[in-house]
Amino acid sequence: MLADRDRIFTNIYGQESYSLADAKKRGDWDNTKDIIARGRDGIIEEMKKSGLRGRGGAGFPTGMKWSFMPKESPDGRPSYLVINADESEPGTCKDRDIIRHEPHKLIEGALIAGFAMGAHKCYIYIRGEFYNEAMTLVKAIEEARAAGLLGKNACGSGWDYDIEVHRGAGAYICGEETALLNSLEGKKGEPRNKPPFPAAAGLYSCPTTINNVETIAVVPTIMRRGGPWFAGLGRNDKNTGTKLFCISGHVNKPCNVEEEMGIPLKELIEKHAGGVRGGWDNLKAIIPGGSSTPLLPRSICDTVLMDFDALREAQSGLGTAAVIVMDESTDVIRAIARLSFFYMHESCGQCTPCREGTGWLWRIMQRMVRGNATVEEIDTLLELTKEIEGHTICAHGDASAWPIQGLIRHFRPEMEQRIMEYRKMAA
Amino acid sequence: MPKLTIDGVEIEVAPGTSILQASEMLGVEVPRFCYHDKLSVPANCRMCLVEVSPGPPKPQASCALACADGMVVKTNSEMVHKARKGVMEMMLINHPLDCPICDQGGECDLQDQAVAYGFDRSRYHESKRAKVDPDIGPLVKTVMTRCIQCTRCIRFAEEIAGTPDLGLVNRGEDVEITTFVEKAINTELSGNLVDICPVGALTNKPYAFTARPWELRKTESIDVHDAVGSNIRIDVRGGEVMRILPRLHEDVNEEWISDRTRYAHDGLKRQRLDRPYVRDPQTGKLKPTSWEEAFAVVAEKLLSVKQGWKAALVGDLCDLESMVALKDLMGALHETNLECRTDGAFYDASSRAGYIFNSTIAGIEQADAILLVGTNPRWEAALVNARIRKTWLNKRVKVGVIGEAVDLTYPYEHIGTMPVDLENLIKGGGNFAAVLKNAKNPMIIVGMGAFQREDGLAVQALARQCAETFNMVREDWNGFNVLHTAASRVGALDIGFTSKEGFDLGKVEMVYLLGADDFSMDYINPNAFVVYQGHHGDAGANRADVILPGAAYTEKNGLYVNTEGRVQMARKAVEAPGEAREDWKIIRALSAYIHRQLPYDDLFQLRERIAREWPHLMQIDQILPAPWSEFGKPAKLAAAPFVAAVQNFYMTNVITRSSLTMAECTKVFLHGDVADNMVGAAE
Repeated sequence: MLADRDRIFTNIYGQESYSLADAKKRGDWDNTKDIIARGRDGIIEEMKKSGLRGRGGAGFPTGMKWSFMPKESPDGRPSYLVINADESEPGTCKDRDIIRHEPHKLIEGALIAGFAMGAHKCYIYIRGEFYNEAMTLVKAIEEARAAGLLGKNACGSGWDYDIEVHRGAGAYICGEETALLNSLEGKKGEPRNKPPFPAAAGLYSCPTTINNVETIAVVPTIMRRGGPWFAGLGRNDKNTGTKLFCISGHVNKPCNVEEEMGIPLKELIEKHAGGVRGGWDNLKAIIPGGSSTPLLPRSICDTVLMDFDALREAQSGLGTAAVIVMDESTDVIRAIARLSFFYMHESCGQCTPCREGTGWLWRIMQRMVRGNATVEEIDTLLELTKEIEGHTICAHGDASAWPIQGLIRHFRPEMEQRIMEYRKMAA
Repeated sequence: MPKLTIDGVEIEVAPGTSILQASEMLGVEVPRFCYHDKLSVPANCRMCLVEVSPGPPKPQASCALACADGMVVKTNSEMVHKARKGVMEMMLINHPLDCPICDQGGECDLQDQAVAYGFDRSRYHESKRAKVDPDIGPLVKTVMTRCIQCTRCIRFAEEIAGTPDLGLVNRGEDVEITTFVEKAINTELSGNLVDICPVGALTNKPYAFTARPWELRKTESIDVHDAVGSNIRIDVRGGEVMRILPRLHEDVNEEWISDRTRYAHDGLKRQRLDRPYVRDPQTGKLKPTSWEEAFAVVAEKLLSVKQGWKAALVGDLCDLESMVALKDLMGALHETNLECRTDGAFYDASSRAGYIFNSTIAGIEQADAILLVGTNPRWEAALVNARIRKTWLNKRVKVGVIGEAVDLTYPYEHIGTMPVDLENLIKGGGNFAAVLKNAKNPMIIVGMGAFQREDGLAVQALARQCAETFNMVREDWNGFNVLHTAASRVGALDIGFTSKEGFDLGKVEMVYLLGADDFSMDYINPNAFVVYQGHHGDAGANRADVILPGAAYTEKNGLYVNTEGRVQMARKAVEAPGEAREDWKIIRALSAYIHRQLPYDDLFQLRERIAREWPHLMQIDQILPAPWSEFGKPAKLAAAPFVAAVQNFYMTNVITRSSLTMAECTKVFLHGDVADNMVGAAE
């Protein structure tokens, strides 16, 4: 269990106010100038040492990502930092609480990260529904600006830096980094084809790095306490540091909690969320990383560790670390069918497999819920998910396929039983 | 130069080449729907997936992936096949199985690819999606349920046509391609949407349900509706032209044609002159007659009217051969009153550089500053305008306009409307003078609107002065361009079908009109004897004393010289109706009646005759560069603004005036009427 002294988000529950004065008491904005004085390479080196992997879901090493940004603009194009606060993954609510209670961690991180990639401008793209959070963030930025922490010669570092908050309009797909860029540019939120990657041609075709809120918010602490400290936490050097877990569903005390990477799932739920409703034995399945990751049955949940690689080995993923707990009262087929509906509804419609396939999956899933299908259709369903997965421009296609793949992998007998029951009833 | 291996074959390509393009170079076919080599690349259909290593362990869209050194690409592996089959299945689930009643049937990309990658039955047992069909005008029919959302049409409208009227609304499986508010898409290139649509979602409205592609006989030919000389394919069933499609010619029309080119052919079926007529002196009415009698009447007049009192005019649609034959016929009678500039344009035809589009149409892409004088290229030559837009899209070419300020689909600086504005520009006044001065390849395009006025010669001289002042004419670049509106004009000027001194139509006693309709017949002496040879009953035939029925452009082999001076060969697709004959043959037959038989018995001998005097006119698809020399005549400039030569894109010649489709377009696009009873299926 994470020791209190290693906690990064000390105000994640909002006991204190988010204001600059309180944030400074918690250690934010402490000598940011010195951090920047370490220079771009120094900061990126420290990030690489920390082993921090992107907290938005894909888990790409952050230090490496930053190092892709051009050192110098060969053609006068500016570089941009874009922070993805379009937190829309069902089950996830960590970025929301960071912005609510710890906005200065994000803002300070944005300055350090922006400096490290040579950007003078940062855009924070915040989910449209987060109205109050956006107001909080804007206020916090204004505070920082008034205190000289942002703007010209930010923190006295000699680096000009400013942040702008842009509210989205509530489309899940705009959380995909290139769709976010399109939306930010005023276009339809459709993911772009890669390559070119944003580091080469992103926002307005300029070099751009897009990072998740949590990734950026942990940066100042890493810089202060050092990469090795962060790397010392966690299970191994590939899964380092602390992580905010969002535990929801059939637990006694749903919560956001910061924990060490690699904590056993069972321990996480028992210690922080008051355990599964009706006891661990009443557990049916857990979606470990937000709606797009395949669910895990109790047998795996018993032992699985919560980090990128351990969950990958269990054929799921850490994703955003949004733990959705389902107890035995859950109709797991219906639960996944609801997710299918979500992915159909949120598909941008740009590329064929996702546009057509997500609707098809949902329609079959609807029948699976009632059992109005044939056993062979389970195989068809699985095949369809494979036709979508990996064939689309962005990962939305994969995200729509994985929950169903997880369902068939672990709950096929239940699906078959449902079909048999329906047959019996119909006869 | 990246070197990569595609299906085991090594190839070295230019940097930036996509895998799909490189595969095509090797003759490896990669299926695609959304990719089109003239449009941007969205990579959204996912049909062109290939296996690439090194790379992620999933197939990549080959249309959007640039070749890199050392890549190993497999376009035919099991992974690729599986992926494409999956995509095809997804593509088909919501596509209606209405191929038997779909006009795209037989030439449908989806149909073809489904044979290669489709299953023999559907696994989709849910209900299919249906869409509302927006009414986008009288030319393009929509059946949006067939749409596969490849967005080619959106990209075409935005990028090539410059009219962003189409868009993708909603999301997920509810996405729909539509005009945002129901309206006709107002572009003169809209017919190309039909060609680029890979399925039957956008089809040719007037052609709807009239023919199947396999019933059509295809003839490659040249268009005559403007002076661009678009390369076309005429599709014929029986004796009827069913439709007209573009043919690829990168230097002329790329692969687009204008709506007039594509849709005016229904005018070929109406108002046709299919037998000779002679005006009855008693009743004053035209009465049908035989060729012999008609020739006898014309011959008698040709011989009896004294030299100097006869005149011959050629119209906008004439082929080169018939004009040469007519010139020879008049020459045999020592008659020099010849004219092709029937549109009332005054310009000096003594210097070829002074009347052709010297830079060439493809050369527009080299320009970095373009000055348009007295022209609306969008209506006079839609594909020249498309080329200017393309240049603007690619490198933001600066455009200045002296003339009417109309929407040209790209931004321009409106300098003025009068000749005096051009004069000021030459003197260095205004921003645009600096733009032209600093440009590497500056260009001036002068339209017929600049010449169709009393001071035309002076404007021409001024335009020459402009070209010389701004260094537009160099060894390696000639930026002086005249944009003609008539397909026959440059050819007629090349063979000297002009009169240097001029003559008064109001005084001559006999006029021979070869397809000349587009001027007021009131100019002709009311007592003159008028012979009209042509294919449509229009102004000329109305005034005529004798009508000799000729052939339209689809009905004869002929040469046309476009505004660039490019010689192109049109081919006969159908027979002329009734007793109508090919025009040069009529003139050749007539020559026997005046005992001055022309020395050619077939088209080849006639072309040999042309080659002897004008060798460049037999250099098919070549442009003879014109040497720069003096032309035009400085004089006092009128204070009248320039008016563009074409005021209605859809009605410019006898064929378009007889076309129901063009009449409907005029109604919808020019008068803004809602097209309630659109032509098309009803026709």
